[in-house]
Amino acid sequence: MESIKDRVAIVGMGCTKFGENWDKSSDDMIIEAVYEACEDASISPQDVQALWIGSYWSNLPAPSQPLATLLKLDYKPITRLENMCATASDSLRNAAYAVASGVCDIALAIGVEKLKDSGYSGLPTDDIAMGLVSTAPNTFRSRNFTAPGHFAMMATSYFNKYGLDPEDGRTMLAKIMVKNHHNGTMSPKAHFRREITVEQVLKAPIIAWPLGLLDCCGVSDGAAAAIVVRRDMVKDFRADPVYIKASQIAVGPSEGYMNPKHDWTMVKETYRAGEAAYEEAGVKDPRKEISMAEVHDCFSITEAVIYEDLQFSQRGRCKEDIEAGTFELTGELPVNMDGGLKCFGHPIGASGLRMVYELYKQIQGKAGERQIKNPGLGLAHNLGGTPGGCTISVTIVGP
Amino acid sequence: MVGITSYGVYIPYYRLNRAEVAKSWGGFQIPGEKAVANFDEDTVTMGVEACRECLKGLDKGTIEALYLASTTFPYAEKQASALAAAVLDLDQSVLTVDISGTLRCGSGSVRLAMDAVKAGSSPNAVVCASDLRLGLPNGAKELEFGDGAAAFLIGDGDVVATIDNIYTMNHEIFDVFRPSQERFVRSWEDRFVREAGYVKVVSEAVRAALKAFGMEPGDFAKAVFGSPNPVYLSGAAKSAGFDPKTQAVDPLWGVIGNTGSAHSLMLLCNALDEAKPGDKLLWVSYGDGCDVLTLTVTDEIAKMQKKQSVKRLLNSKAQTTYQKYLRWRDIIATEPPMRPRTEPASAVALYRDRKCGLALYGSQCKNCGTIQYPVQRICMECRAKDNFELYPFADKQGKVVTFSHDNLAVSPDPPTTLAAVDFEEGGRIMMDITDRDPSQIKVGMPVEMTFRKFRRTDGVQVYWWKSRPTR
Repeated sequence: MESIKDRVAIVGMGCTKFGENWDKSSDDMIIEAVYEACEDASISPQDVQALWIGSYWSNLPAPSQPLATLLKLDYKPITRLENMCATASDSLRNAAYAVASGVCDIALAIGVEKLKDSGYSGLPTDDIAMGLVSTAPNTFRSRNFTAPGHFAMMATSYFNKYGLDPEDGRTMLAKIMVKNHHNGTMSPKAHFRREITVEQVLKAPIIAWPLGLLDCCGVSDGAAAAIVVRRDMVKDFRADPVYIKASQIAVGPSEGYMNPKHDWTMVKETYRAGEAAYEEAGVKDPRKEISMAEVHDCFSITEAVIYEDLQFSQRGRCKEDIEAGTFELTGELPVNMDGGLKCFGHPIGASGLRMVYELYKQIQGKAGERQIKNPGLGLAHNLGGTPGGCTISVTIVGP
Repeated sequence: MVGITSYGVYIPYYRLNRAEVAKSWGGFQIPGEKAVANFDEDTVTMGVEACRECLKGLDKGTIEALYLASTTFPYAEKQASALAAAVLDLDQSVLTVDISGTLRCGSGSVRLAMDAVKAGSSPNAVVCASDLRLGLPNGAKELEFGDGAAAFLIGDGDVVATIDNIYTMNHEIFDVFRPSQERFVRSWEDRFVREAGYVKVVSEAVRAALKAFGMEPGDFAKAVFGSPNPVYLSGAAKSAGFDPKTQAVDPLWGVIGNTGSAHSLMLLCNALDEAKPGDKLLWVSYGDGCDVLTLTVTDEIAKMQKKQSVKRLLNSKAQTTYQKYLRWRDIIATEPPMRPRTEPASAVALYRDRKCGLALYGSQCKNCGTIQYPVQRICMECRAKDNFELYPFADKQGKVVTFSHDNLAVSPDPPTTLAAVDFEEGGRIMMDITDRDPSQIKVGMPVEMTFRKFRRTDGVQVYWWKSRPTR
């Protein structure tokens, strides 16, 4: 099996401001992200030979044809895809695979989501998605669960297994949220750009015990895009391309829902996707070799467990690294330098490419106030689904 | 001899203190509390619980009929007993009958079942009465009506009590009634209801019955009078020649209330739990007439009395509030949360899923023995394909592996308590925890399965199972 490592380069990226974009449609956001990416790569959208567009809830069921209409594309191949919260990352993976195969030279990956036209708080329930997939058993369809409800179960189990009383556990998680909010103040494209305190996190209204409002990421609109080309073509585009070192997806068989061996203190899919990505990229010691990461902090507990599943922290001991400031912007391994899902919100189909956008800018030294020193390999991680069964993407990029 | 071979009751977990209701309206105070079904319960779910209690440990394969009696069935056209039979995993050849229209439908069903047993057409029949009646806010009925169910297994072997005599009287009267298009029970003036209705009909029926049976009030250790309240009971018992103090069975009016068609059956279960072998019991059931039955308790009663299910469920309780009660019954409209509308259920998917969804069957791999839910065609451990047998979860004990209390999920009783439940004998199911005090939910706590209502869309009521702290 061959590796994608260094065969494909990202030569242009675009990303909209994420937030409650009341005055922008998903079409407006796509145009904004695609044109920024094209200008960045010094090409026209007409130069692109194949496109992948990812979205989860928006524009169902088929945004490929509207995309051709929107961009006035000249009878190009367009594929719409969906892979839960890893949708945009999978859009990039498909574009990269097409380029690596040699069947096209320039491909465009887009991720977009318009959540705030819905009129409700939180995400739509899985009813809607599963209602569309009529093969889902009624037993699951009839349940009344939300994303915070499911992720909160991971916090309960983690606290219980490692002997943290709820106050200690919630304080540990609050520190992650405080870090991300601090980073977000330096991100012009973030939805939320204000500092928060541990006390504010702890005192926020409970959404799903033990998670409070500030343990949860926001719900927002956004779009992001990337232009990928074969390695040998890079010199025609730019001097500072960013290479794809690994692009892995792991989809679990929902063991957390059915198998008593799964204890809800880890996400095996993250561990497995991470292992596969490290092997693909030739990474032996992730903690030392990965210089920064954008990870899926949909909830505070998610980021804590990701530290362990991606082998940044030892199992059950992320608290020590959180308290040591390891993952802060100035720490040993900065995580969520742009503020993460916590500050950008999580337009499902767009987040993966927003993460890669941050890594791309960091590697090019264009991250402004939040620029880290000597960026090397950067990792982007998405978690789609819930801790009991999910789709995970791990993308590694580097200079 | 034909009689009761097993019995079970269901008393919901929640109680509503009548003083709470009176406080809200500034109205008259009456003492005690009433049992109220949770928002996820209805006549069918309560009936199923009573039947499960009644059939615990018995071979369900021998049951040939299921009579479900209620004045509050969820459907006017769609059989509740067929649903209950599917949930209880009874054979498809079982005769299912819904009997309604009067508060006497429970005792009437027992008579029908007796006749069928005697005739040899259904040697083992389950009779279950379940009711969830509504009185309008700020009225006496709201204060008096409670929710509950009781079930009897009627047969002719190893009976715990023989049913020796049955006497029936019908009686046309507008005393307590509910037009079929209305939700709330109506009644005529209380004095008419009591004097021309209950007291007169019950005392006449009992006297006529005893004469026909050749028996006297003094023959009975206890008398069960299904009655709306203690005043009615006392009047009728005295008039029929019984001593209300020593002979009448406590109507449980102050602890569960008047549970409609299930009421006298629940009281009879309580009387059986307290009875001695040889005791003769009188059972009086009123509604558009009166059924009078006499029973003799046998030595077999000891095995049932070990369970003491009435006492156990009476003592397993928590208070709810009047506001919650009004919301659970959809009597007051509250502002809906800004959340997506409920997607409609698919009758087709429900039909496909009935074994797994209603009878709570998962699968056990025949190759490696792994137990899993829902049914997995490919084993999650050994990947064997289509090599499994159905595995029943409904009566298995579980424990909470992890949980959360979800305030975002839409519920008439927030937060929704979600859990991963592992079963002692294997398998895991993601389930809600109902009938719970959120502050008492702990990792590792024991839970049991309970059949509940889920969404209702376009008239299609979806049912599935939840877990609850073991009662």
